[in-house]
Amino acid sequence: MTQRTGTATTGTAGATEDGSSPDPVEGTSTGPAVDLPSPTPALNTDALLDDPGIRIVVCCGSGGVGKTTTAAALGVRAAERGRKVVVLTIDPARRLAQSMGIDSLDNVPRRVPGIKGEREGGREGDGSGELHAMMLDMKRTFDEIVEAHADAERARAILENPFYQSLSAGFAGTQEYMAMEKLGQLRARDEWDLIIVDTPPSRSALDFLDAPKRLGSFLDGKFIKLLMAPAKMGGRAGMKFLNVGMSMMTGTLGKLLGGQFLRDVQTFVAAMDTMFGGFRTRADATYKLLQAPGTAFLVVATPERDALREAAYFVERLAAEEMPLAGLVLNRVHGSDAARLSAEHALAAAENLDAVGIVDQTTGKAGLRDRADHSVAPDSPEVVATPGSAPDAAPDVTPDNSEREDTAEQKNTEDHEPTASDRVPTASVEELTAGLLRLHAERMQVVAREQRTRDRFTALHPEVAVTEVAALPGDVHDLEGLRAIGDRLATGSDPAGAA
Amino acid sequence: MSRFQVVSGKGGTGKTTVAAALALALATEGRRTLLVEVEGRQGIAQVFETEPLPYEERKIAVAPGGGEVYALAIDAERALLDYLQMFYKLGSAGRALKKLGAIDFATTIAPGVRDVLLTGKACEAVRRKDKQNRYVYDYVIMDAPPTGRITRFLNVNDEVAGLARIGPIHNQAQAVMRVLKSPETAVHLVTLLEEMPVQETADGIAELRDAELPVGRVIVNMVRPHLLDEDTLRTAAGGRRKEIAKALTRAGVTGSAGLVRPLVEQAAEHAQRVELEREQRAVLAGLELPGYELPLIGEGMDPAGLYDLATELRKQGVGEGAGQGVGT
Repeated sequence: MTQRTGTATTGTAGATEDGSSPDPVEGTSTGPAVDLPSPTPALNTDALLDDPGIRIVVCCGSGGVGKTTTAAALGVRAAERGRKVVVLTIDPARRLAQSMGIDSLDNVPRRVPGIKGEREGGREGDGSGELHAMMLDMKRTFDEIVEAHADAERARAILENPFYQSLSAGFAGTQEYMAMEKLGQLRARDEWDLIIVDTPPSRSALDFLDAPKRLGSFLDGKFIKLLMAPAKMGGRAGMKFLNVGMSMMTGTLGKLLGGQFLRDVQTFVAAMDTMFGGFRTRADATYKLLQAPGTAFLVVATPERDALREAAYFVERLAAEEMPLAGLVLNRVHGSDAARLSAEHALAAAENLDAVGIVDQTTGKAGLRDRADHSVAPDSPEVVATPGSAPDAAPDVTPDNSEREDTAEQKNTEDHEPTASDRVPTASVEELTAGLLRLHAERMQVVAREQRTRDRFTALHPEVAVTEVAALPGDVHDLEGLRAIGDRLATGSDPAGAA
Repeated sequence: MSRFQVVSGKGGTGKTTVAAALALALATEGRRTLLVEVEGRQGIAQVFETEPLPYEERKIAVAPGGGEVYALAIDAERALLDYLQMFYKLGSAGRALKKLGAIDFATTIAPGVRDVLLTGKACEAVRRKDKQNRYVYDYVIMDAPPTGRITRFLNVNDEVAGLARIGPIHNQAQAVMRVLKSPETAVHLVTLLEEMPVQETADGIAELRDAELPVGRVIVNMVRPHLLDEDTLRTAAGGRRKEIAKALTRAGVTGSAGLVRPLVEQAAEHAQRVELEREQRAVLAGLELPGYELPLIGEGMDPAGLYDLATELRKQGVGEGAGQGVGT
């Protein structure tokens, strides 16, 4: 794999560079040393939400990482800390939308009921906080732009144009463009002191940055002028005034797309002509708004390889665009309060219990020893020692440590084993405990994998502040659930909080 | 099984991994499959841990039993230039078009043209035959856009055929639509046993059916093993903590007293999750579609894990009676 060099500076859409993302520390991670304090700077989300200078928070990241939930949870928390907030969501899951009381897609911010005025020793103006939420309707947003910037007759001509209808319903990028357009509109209204925006589920997390530029450069481009020329000059008759090369182009496109399609495009372009300047200007303005100090980006990810790779790329891209990154929200992180018991030891212990359950007393002890010796890998990393882990972090099953008291105790209790399990009606305590140990081993494997994945990101971007949101067993359905996420967002930069 | 297997799913459900495993699983007994991606994310290269894929079909893996998996990252711009070359012998004029921004226009701005080119290229691979009149690829597997966009992506040809009412794009759109709506195609949706992905899967299936696109299977990914049955877990939460602590000590775990609480708590979380999964399974069962289930690879995905998933798919019947119309 090729090493990505520093900050991405290329202006190209860059999604293809994803493949060259490095995996620098594969196989060399510290393994299950999960209780090490996080070396990365902490992301203080409450400080961010309380900062009156912050007017826009943009949540971005790849699909399925919980961007919308994060945006909603931040919205609830900010409102309950006294700010007047609007959350702009793009395509929320139905029940999440319902949890904020917005189940109609009407493109208008609605006040969310049930926001508590005072929480966490709320800040100035307790009880003055408000939460509003809206879902983006991209077609309606586009229509509104047309209606606002063209006279009635021209607007109707545009709205009825088949090319416009397809374009507004979803060309690659309309949603991204309209999300940024809506953000600009909300900001311009100045009715809220904080706007939290969720970004569209793009093929690439970066599309929303690129879409306004792309539309802008398209509208400014030579090609549009070429397309408009014949329409302005009265349709195809105008073609003869173009040079031969150009007319061949239009001719080719006409053949390719069909003459009707091309005429629809030309009519559309001609009708939109007067609005183009406006589009361009607003695209530029939105871009500048995103760079402004009152804006903060939160990159959202899960501790999965793909999501963090995308997050790393996003961090680089934001730096290249001089857009202010506040930090990384790491969702659905698993931890364990029993982290000092490693997966290997838990499995070995479970096998010990299995052995007790199966074999009789005398052979049991021999079998037990054998199993223990085999199942604890000799190069098991946490036996070798994990710097910084608790002194008793490696519970031992290996006979090497036979000088320890409990090994002797273990032998004794084993002798009483069969009678203990005979008393149990359903599952024996051995089966039960072995099950608990196996569950724990599975959890620890997940924890270790997530840590490795996260280490890779940290190696690339040690400067990025992180907050962790511990995994919830279920989905969020109501304000209470969003509050719980908000609490975790606030405390997740403390390693103990994410356990 | 259908020869064109489209794999979609909510973001984060692992559809690229599933598509890759499916391509491996279908490459049985010397068969050849083509795995295509259409979103320019280089997801296939990442899953196989190889160099980024160029716009050409190249062998990416050999399946157990000798089959071959080829991969292709379809690039709309290149597909359009190829296409222009094929029909108009454009040569340098193609470059001139590009300079003008016409290619950009056609592949990014013009509604649907991009999608027509992407699906068109995949359908061409599905239908391609060699000199002996045999199919070049036994199966083509597409790592498709996510559930929220899949119907629109596949159905865009209908829309384009309506918008561009004549001309080669129109004809192309119609030809592609014929393949996509035939039993030769199956659209699979990857999900997790979680509420949001399951809901999105149900919605996606309804949309696909409305558009008369052939729905294949629901593929449940990252299924966790159920290490303890419910009753046992309930007991665990009860008053057996002392016994458990003793058992832990017997098993050689030191300091077991402090471990019982977190272990039992983890078990309670597990039980809650099992219950939620049961509910989601019931929702999926209500869809009345055949399915596959793939286990969670605990250590994280790598090419070895991919082979494990392919083996699992074969166990569940993928690749059996290949080309005989079995299953979907």
